[in-house]
Amino acid sequence: MLNKALTDLLTKMADDELILGHRNSEWTGLGPVMEEDIAFSSMAQDKIGHAWALYNIMEEKQLIGQSADMFAFCRAEKDFKCSHLVELPNAGYDFSLMRHFLFDHAEAIRYESLQDSSFEPLQHLSKKVKGELKYHTLHANAWVMQLGKGGEESYDRMQTALNEIIGLAAGIFEPSKDYEDILIAEKVYPGEKELYTRWLESIYPVLVKSSLNLPDMAGLTPGYGGRQGKHTAYLAPLLKEMGEVFNLDVDANW
Amino acid sequence: MVSKITIEDVYKSLEQVMDPEIPVLNVLELGMITSVTMTDNGAEVHMIPTFAACPAVTYIQRNIREKLEADLHISVTVIVDKHIAWESNRISPEAKEKLSAFGIAPPRKVLNGVSEELFVAVPCPHCGSTDTYLRAPFGSTLCRAIHYCKSCGQIFEHFKPLD
Repeated sequence: MLNKALTDLLTKMADDELILGHRNSEWTGLGPVMEEDIAFSSMAQDKIGHAWALYNIMEEKQLIGQSADMFAFCRAEKDFKCSHLVELPNAGYDFSLMRHFLFDHAEAIRYESLQDSSFEPLQHLSKKVKGELKYHTLHANAWVMQLGKGGEESYDRMQTALNEIIGLAAGIFEPSKDYEDILIAEKVYPGEKELYTRWLESIYPVLVKSSLNLPDMAGLTPGYGGRQGKHTAYLAPLLKEMGEVFNLDVDANW
Repeated sequence: MVSKITIEDVYKSLEQVMDPEIPVLNVLELGMITSVTMTDNGAEVHMIPTFAACPAVTYIQRNIREKLEADLHISVTVIVDKHIAWESNRISPEAKEKLSAFGIAPPRKVLNGVSEELFVAVPCPHCGSTDTYLRAPFGSTLCRAIHYCKSCGQIFEHFKPLD
């Protein structure tokens, strides 16, 4: 039972990172300024690196009966556990930046909590990535604050982006019906509800400094479903594109 | 033959294995080697990558193995150590000077975790001025940030502090 619960947790974390890493990489060559092009490309690389580390933990601990690569690229869409937030196309830079801000704070909070995890591989990984994630949140905070105070149009676009995706971002914290209790009881992690609270505490001060208003969270419908394998229409084409080269010859030696 | 090779020989040979992205520093100076042990038929080298997603890890692993095997004629296993996390304080003071001479501002010593202050007034490796500002926390490789020097008007790279 615990192994199944761990697989569920690691899969959703890794899938979020893989898919958002792919979305971030779509900014390569298209960023609004060169530094942002490089930033999104670098964060894409970091995210895919984290996903790779998580898939490898599952392979090494024999939680999945296949290699990390096969698991990452050859699953059916319904077996992916990523949240709806990461699936959406990049749209404009306002949307991408706000998603990056909301997701990376959630990711930083999650890894921070895993520093005390009873599951040792997660403990080690969280120590490894915490320094890197600081750069992601530093980058996100700096831009959200600059653009929140960057004049009327800029403010409007950031506030609109926040209003549009905050519910989807809350969907990151969809608790698992089957595994939440055991993961908390076994001290693997503190649970989605707790992480959600910590996440709000983490984003709120930055939004205040940016003069942006956090919508009333109690009145929102969180974008749940991704963790149960129910996805938006955007995931299937992304998976097809992402695995296109790999699937040409799955046995090829890279 | 094998018995004559010592740990010191291994370390001496490791001094010749340079980082592919910063060719003036070897893997020891960067603090990437965590331990070396001699085994019955060779040596086992444990190493850690600087950043989790560093694309050069397998390349460095191979470089270490090939260099040691060529120098010492022993069989070498290079293992990526998952129990130790790399931090920028592992870079030796001499290596920081070499970085600066190479044109990359070295990371300052991290005392209480990485904070914004470590990015303020980073000395320009070209002219030494501290009238500089952080232009972007990401650069040409995962471990570098981009700064601008107002005194000499040049962009320069900064090896990021990491804890």
